[in-house]
Amino acid sequence: MITKPLNQRLIGWFLLAVSLLNFPLLLLWSHSVTWGGIPLFPLGLFIVWVVLVVGLAWIIERTPDED
Amino acid sequence: MIRTILIADDEPNILISLEFLMKREGFRVLVAHNGQEALDQVANEAPDLILLDVMMPKKTGFDVCQELRAQEAYQHLPIIMLTAKGRDTDIAKGKALGASDYILKPFSTKELVQKVRDIVESST
Amino acid sequence: MLSTSLVIGVAFTYLLILFAIAYSADRAALKGRSWINNPWVYALSMAVYCTAWTYFGSVGRAANSGVWFLPIYLGPTLAMILGWLVIRKMIRIAKTYRITSIADFIASRYGKSQRLASLVTLITLVGIIPYLALQLKAIASGYQMLTTPLNSTVLYPSHWWQDSTFYIALLLVGFTIMFGARHLDSHERHEGMVAAIAFESVIKLIGFIAVGVFVTYYLFNGMSDIFRQAQAIGHLNALFSFNTPANPLAHIQWFSLLLLSLLSMLLLPRQFQVMVVEAVDEKHLKRAVWMFPLYLVLINIFVLPIALAGLITFGVGQGNADLFVLSLPLHSGYEWLALLAFIGGVSAATGMVIVEATAVATMLCNDLIMPWLLKRNGFGLLQCSDLTQIILWIRRGAILILLLLGYVYFKVAGDAYALVSIGLISFAAVAQFAPSFFGGMYWKGGTEKGAWGGLLLGFVMWGYTLMLPSIAKSGWMDTSFINEGPFGIALLKPEQFLGLTGLDNLTHALFWSLWLNIVAYVGMSLWKQPSARETSQALLFVDVFKRKTHSAPVFWQGQAQVQDLMQLMMRFLGQDRSTLLFKQYAQYQGLTLEQLQPNAQLVHFVETQLSGAIGSASARTMVESVVDEEPLELEDVMHILEEASQLRAYSKALEEKSLSLEQATAELRAANEQLKSLDHLKDDFMSSVTHELRTPLTSIRALTELMLDDPDMEWEQREQFMGIILAEAERLGRLVNQVLDMAKIEGGHAEWHTTDVDMKAIIHQAATSMSASYLEKGVSLQLKTPETVAVLRADADRLLQVVLNLLSNALKFVPSQTGQVTVALKDAPEGITIEVLDNGIGIAPEQQALVFEKFRQADNGVQQGTGLGLPISRQIVEHFGGHMWLHSELGQGACFGFFLPRLAHE
Repeated sequence: MITKPLNQRLIGWFLLAVSLLNFPLLLLWSHSVTWGGIPLFPLGLFIVWVVLVVGLAWIIERTPDED
Repeated sequence: MIRTILIADDEPNILISLEFLMKREGFRVLVAHNGQEALDQVANEAPDLILLDVMMPKKTGFDVCQELRAQEAYQHLPIIMLTAKGRDTDIAKGKALGASDYILKPFSTKELVQKVRDIVESST
Repeated sequence: MLSTSLVIGVAFTYLLILFAIAYSADRAALKGRSWINNPWVYALSMAVYCTAWTYFGSVGRAANSGVWFLPIYLGPTLAMILGWLVIRKMIRIAKTYRITSIADFIASRYGKSQRLASLVTLITLVGIIPYLALQLKAIASGYQMLTTPLNSTVLYPSHWWQDSTFYIALLLVGFTIMFGARHLDSHERHEGMVAAIAFESVIKLIGFIAVGVFVTYYLFNGMSDIFRQAQAIGHLNALFSFNTPANPLAHIQWFSLLLLSLLSMLLLPRQFQVMVVEAVDEKHLKRAVWMFPLYLVLINIFVLPIALAGLITFGVGQGNADLFVLSLPLHSGYEWLALLAFIGGVSAATGMVIVEATAVATMLCNDLIMPWLLKRNGFGLLQCSDLTQIILWIRRGAILILLLLGYVYFKVAGDAYALVSIGLISFAAVAQFAPSFFGGMYWKGGTEKGAWGGLLLGFVMWGYTLMLPSIAKSGWMDTSFINEGPFGIALLKPEQFLGLTGLDNLTHALFWSLWLNIVAYVGMSLWKQPSARETSQALLFVDVFKRKTHSAPVFWQGQAQVQDLMQLMMRFLGQDRSTLLFKQYAQYQGLTLEQLQPNAQLVHFVETQLSGAIGSASARTMVESVVDEEPLELEDVMHILEEASQLRAYSKALEEKSLSLEQATAELRAANEQLKSLDHLKDDFMSSVTHELRTPLTSIRALTELMLDDPDMEWEQREQFMGIILAEAERLGRLVNQVLDMAKIEGGHAEWHTTDVDMKAIIHQAATSMSASYLEKGVSLQLKTPETVAVLRADADRLLQVVLNLLSNALKFVPSQTGQVTVALKDAPEGITIEVLDNGIGIAPEQQALVFEKFRQADNGVQQGTGLGLPISRQIVEHFGGHMWLHSELGQGACFGFFLPRLAHE
């Protein structure tokens, strides 16, 4: 079942998400800097989070039903 | 009364021989080299009979026959189709379009003259 | 403060509204208008993940450790990315085999093992009770907060009958029974409950965001203001960063929280209930997998601002951070907002309690109590003809017991731990299902013994390294075993097992329990061969997408009676429902009720239906009791599987065969069409040849007859006629030659004499032989050739034929006296181009393509040749690898040309 393109895209997105939400990529946000008055770390996490959800929606909604 | 015969054929040598034949038999002869000319001659000169070749440029003999039969005035104008194509389908088509008779090339001149005379005399 | 009656009144009204929604949804479902049959409600019902623990506890956690509340929600987001693969498979398996709980799922996968079902239920029970207690605690503390005057200490009543929490628990029992155990459904689906849960998800989101907006934009000047003020309080800076000096292994803890919440999202009983059991259509999953994470993002946006605002307002270490959502509006005098926030919290808590208690009660009933009763024939159960009411009352009793246990836990240990820790302990318990659950879905090799060993070991490790210490720390046990190890054995210290230090307690416990779980599961699975039943179930689960329901193999053999099976079903599903199900089944098979055969399919059907009501293990036992089974050996499983796959292969082969037959038919038809058109072409060719032969014959015969008829014909006339006869006879001869020529070339029988050819010489030769004709018509012929032309390999006679043909064609179409024909030769290394231009009448565009076709002469009124000259010329040129063309416009003359390559031939 992993041969279907949607499944492959989802697995790819999952692996990307896992790497983005873990060490060491998380450290990219871990600086005591603020952006628009908001500390970078929580802000960065939320940005990554929203991007992941929007990307997921884009991947799954644009692929037509398979079975 | 002198009858007028229109001969339509794109082969000049055939025209020459038919014209000579019909004139010898005492008809007035008109010639046409293609289908369109034939229609024009019919309209202008009102012939009593047409010897119509099938394979002609511009308009074929079938086209000419069909167009004439579509007009009220030429419903009963005698038309003898001349063709070099001997297929049954061609003969059937000619009959269906309203040709009075059908003569296969090469023909016997006597036979042709007899047919023309029969038709011309029966129509008077 | 708010009056007790107001808070109770509002909360109670809210619960009544919920009930009205659930009731209406149930009614609508009965009428066939499902309220929950859409992805929105499905996604919102998934948000039952956000309990009071999220609603109140996240803020508390954020106040203590900053961004560390987030992994609990990032994990589910990760889970949902794979949701379309994993959850869809869970749904497909559960729907196909009537699985209604996670215990049943695992037990069914491993050969419908009773002991696995019981173990999973037990783990769930132990793991979930604290979580239920947590919800009670949240409602109770919220209620206290609202009804106690500011700045006064909250006094807890000393006796349980004075304790409002006890009555809240009882109220929830009533509600849960109404929502989740009002009647028995073999699919274990509850439309009303799901509708109510989805509504609650909306309310809790509104409540939380309302407080967030109020705090952020009313009490403070936006997010940046809060963060700026928080940064002014020195050590709050640590809340915004990932690596803190105190926790050097932060990234491991982060990872384990992500993993833990990812697994919980899929394995918590309430999630399994709403995502899998209550799923109406697996297509809804497609939208829900991104809408649910979006919900999580929304409900978390204001967590950090509220936490920081609370810390700034009340001072660090002052006030209960878990209740900032209520205390901030109260503190600023906005009691109605606090009340709204409280209703949101009540939504979060009740939603969780209702679904969790329903799900766990089903497990308790089906996987623990019923098997036990049936085995011992308790209360004469086996003789009872209708068990539906008994099952229903067992469920209701289980719900009561669950919530009372929750209440007891709350009373005993409620204050010991912050909300968030209790939640994580529960998460770690259900995480133990992961190896046997997912292993069972994707690995055919997993066995019952492996699952049993893994679950047991993981559960024991969880209890020892996480649960026990937490109980001890609540003051109920001597904590010396934590600090010094049991019996003073330091290596066995529960929070530093085998001397593993440096990890936080949760990660430590999760690591040991899951590691041992996986090792035991995989190790024991590989150690011993699975039984036949395990193998068959493994195949059914792992390959669920590969089979359609009707082609699934049925692993059963033996003797049975239709009557026995029907009576069995009636006992557990009631008479009406059973009769209906049997009728539907018979109809599906295309039979009447009387014609039903007691075959493997029917037994399987009955067992599946029973599974929905009493769990697969009990259903197995019950079916066994009324049929005469032959034990299933591994060989039988393989045999049945082979038969099924052969059947599948046959039908596939049949499909392929019919497809190829169809293709063959189409090909035959096309070939036939082609033959017909070839036949037609041949017919046309013959007809054309006949025509071309008859035309000159006509003149010859007519003229000959005329001369014979008239011996006195004038000499001039006779001479003209004989000239015509001669010309027509020549035409006839030419025609016969060309037809033969064409036939030879086309049939590949032509003789080609390839030599070195000088094209310049050929053109001059052709011009010389045509010069008499050109002179006669008064047409000028001009040759444009280079000084020397390199030779090429070709047949000189054939090329001469081509040039002659073009020259005589041109001559026919140019006017006499003013006609001009030019032959141009261009020599290039790749080949020679020859063009013949004339100033004749030209050829109309639509006629140009026809001139190269046999007997297709352009209509131009000029008497011409046989209609074969150009086609033959083209064939000759193409034979030597060249090509021929025509450029012309009507009235502008024509240009026939051809190109001969130098290297193409030989």
